[in-house]
Amino acid sequence: MKKLLLSKLDEWLTTLSETQRIILPIKQTDQVNFGVYAPGAEVSLETLRTVKSAKDAFFPQVENMMNFRSEGKSISVETVPLEEEDFILIGVRGCDEKSFEILDRVFLSDPFDPFYAARRKHATIVTLACSRPDENCFCTNFGVDPTNPKGDVTSWIVDGTLYLTGNTEKGEALIASLEDANDEPVAAQQNKTREILEKLPFAHLDLNGFDGDHLMEKFSSSKWADLSEACLGCGTCTFVCPTCQCYDIRDYDTGRGVQRYRCWDSCMYSDFTLMAHGTNRPTQVERFRQRFMHKLVYFPSNNDGTYSCVGCGRCLVKCPQNLNIVKVIKALGGDRNDN
Amino acid sequence: MTTDNLIPMVGVVTQIRRDTPDIKTFRVEKPEGGKCFDHMPGQCAMISIPGVGEAMFSITSSPTVQEYQEFSIKKCGHLTECLHAMDVGQQILIRGPFGKHFPVEGELLGKDLLFIAGGVGLAPLHSVIDYVLANRDKYGQVDVVYGSRSKDDLLDIDQIQNVWMDPKNRVDVHLTIDRPQEGWDGHVAFVPTYVEELGFDPHKTVLVCGPPIMIKFVLQALTKLGFTKEQIYTTMELRMKCGLGKCGRCNIGDKYVCKDGPVFRFDELSELPDEY
Repeated sequence: MKKLLLSKLDEWLTTLSETQRIILPIKQTDQVNFGVYAPGAEVSLETLRTVKSAKDAFFPQVENMMNFRSEGKSISVETVPLEEEDFILIGVRGCDEKSFEILDRVFLSDPFDPFYAARRKHATIVTLACSRPDENCFCTNFGVDPTNPKGDVTSWIVDGTLYLTGNTEKGEALIASLEDANDEPVAAQQNKTREILEKLPFAHLDLNGFDGDHLMEKFSSSKWADLSEACLGCGTCTFVCPTCQCYDIRDYDTGRGVQRYRCWDSCMYSDFTLMAHGTNRPTQVERFRQRFMHKLVYFPSNNDGTYSCVGCGRCLVKCPQNLNIVKVIKALGGDRNDN
Repeated sequence: MTTDNLIPMVGVVTQIRRDTPDIKTFRVEKPEGGKCFDHMPGQCAMISIPGVGEAMFSITSSPTVQEYQEFSIKKCGHLTECLHAMDVGQQILIRGPFGKHFPVEGELLGKDLLFIAGGVGLAPLHSVIDYVLANRDKYGQVDVVYGSRSKDDLLDIDQIQNVWMDPKNRVDVHLTIDRPQEGWDGHVAFVPTYVEELGFDPHKTVLVCGPPIMIKFVLQALTKLGFTKEQIYTTMELRMKCGLGKCGRCNIGDKYVCKDGPVFRFDELSELPDEY
C-alpha cells in the first residue's frame, strides 16, 4: 500500500502528465466529467458520479475512422492511425470499471474493434473506491464491490490522503515512487462503507426472472406500455450509461474530402432502426422495451449471464421523466408468472 | 480480424442493367479486375458512396462467378437513389461478406428445393438459384415461384427465360403478377395464393424472400400444404451500420441479423420477438 497527500496530488499528476496523457474527473462549466489533465485543472476525485461515464476513454462519443477523397469517378481511402499511446485513467469508480468488462465483451469479441482495442491496450486504470455511495447506487446487485474496485491500481481517499495499491505490473510501476503506507485506514473505511451499502434502498434487487429462458415471457409482458408511457425518447439514459454501446457510422463532407466517423447512438431514437420502407419499432414502447430487454435479457443470454448494467445510477439521476432501470427490474425482475 | 472489417475497399461499377422501372443491377469488380471478395449465397455486402452513406445489400450473383459480383438494388431511399444515378466506371466502396449464408453445402444438399420470391426479394435467392444450377447434380427437383406487381417489375427476366427455363437446367419456373396486364398471358395472382394453387409436395425445402406481408401469407399457405417451420428458410433485412454485431441496430432478441442472420430457418425465427 502506498499513499499520497491529496494536497500533493496536483504535483504527482503534473509529473505523470509529462510522459503520459492522464484522464480523470475534472470540473468544467459546473459539471464533473472525465477529461484530459493539464496542470491547473480543477480535479474532482471526490465527485461520486461524473455526469457521463468513463466509457469515452475507450469508446469516444465521436471518432473519425477513415477519410475518403473522390476525384472524377475515382475514390481513395485513407486510414486513420490507431491511438497507440499509453495513457492513465484515474478515478474510475467500481461501477464504471465493471462497465469496461461489459464493453470488452462487445468490442473485443471476434471480430474485435481495432479502435477500441488499441485504447484498451494502452490504458493504465486507477480505480477509486466509494466511501459515500448514495441512494441511487445499486452496483452491488451486479457483482461490483465499490469498496475494493479492480483496475491496475485501486485507490481510496481517507481523511485527505490517497491510498493506492497496485494490482498489476504496470499498476505497481505507476505508484512505485510513492510513500509506503499501512492499510488500516482503508480497512476501517471499507467496513463503514459496507454498512452504508447494505442499507441503500436498492441494495437487494430481485433479478431472478431475467434469465434467457424467459426471453419471450419478459418481451410479451403487458407492463411495458405503462413503464414506457412517460418516455420522451430523449436518449439521455443511453448517453450517460456506461454500458450503452450502440453506435452510428456517418459521413461528413469537409469540402476537401469525406470523413467517415462513428458516434454514440441511441435505441431510444425513432430513426435508430428506420429504413426506407419503415421501422420495426414504430413507437416508444418498443424502443423502451428494446433498451431494457437488451440490458437484462438479450445481453446476458449471449454473455454467460452478465447483465449489461452496473448499477451506477446515472439513469436514475438524469432521466427527465424519472424513468430508470430500477423501476423496470422491480416491475419485471422477480416475478416469473405475474406479468 | 483487422480494421478491414470496418474499412471498405474500392470497387468499380463495370455494368449497370436496368431490370425494372425501379430496380437496377450493378456489376462490381476490383479496379484491377476480379471480384472484390468471395462469398456464399445469401451473404451480404456493405456498399457506400462517400458523403452519402452506407447500407447492407444482398449479393445477387452466384459465388461461382469469379469475375465480378452483382447487386440488384431497388431505388427506395437516399443512398439507392444516388446508386441509381451512377454511370458505368464509377468507383464505389464495398466491404464484406457479412452474415450466415443459405446452407447450400449443408442441409440443402440432395433436397428438392422450392424458391419463393416476391419483387426485389428475388435478389438474395438469385445467388442461391444460380449456385444450385452451377452444381445441379447436388440437388433434387428445383421449383421457382416468382411474382411481382406487373410484368415490368419482374427482375432479370432475360436470365429467367433463357437460362432458368432452359430444359437442360431442369427448373420449373412459375411466374405470376398481381393484376392482369396487356401482353401478359401468364398466371395472375398474389404469390401466396399461387403457392397454394400449385400445391407443392410438402417434403421440399423452401427458401422464401419478399415483402414481409408476402412472407407472412406464404408461410400460412405452406403450413396449409403441410410444410413445417424446419423446412423453410428466409433472409431478413434490418437497418445495419457495422455488420459485425456491435452497433446494435439489427438486434432482435439475442440475435444480430448481420452476423447471426440474415438467413434464418423459420423455427429459429419463431423463437425471437416479432420485431422484424
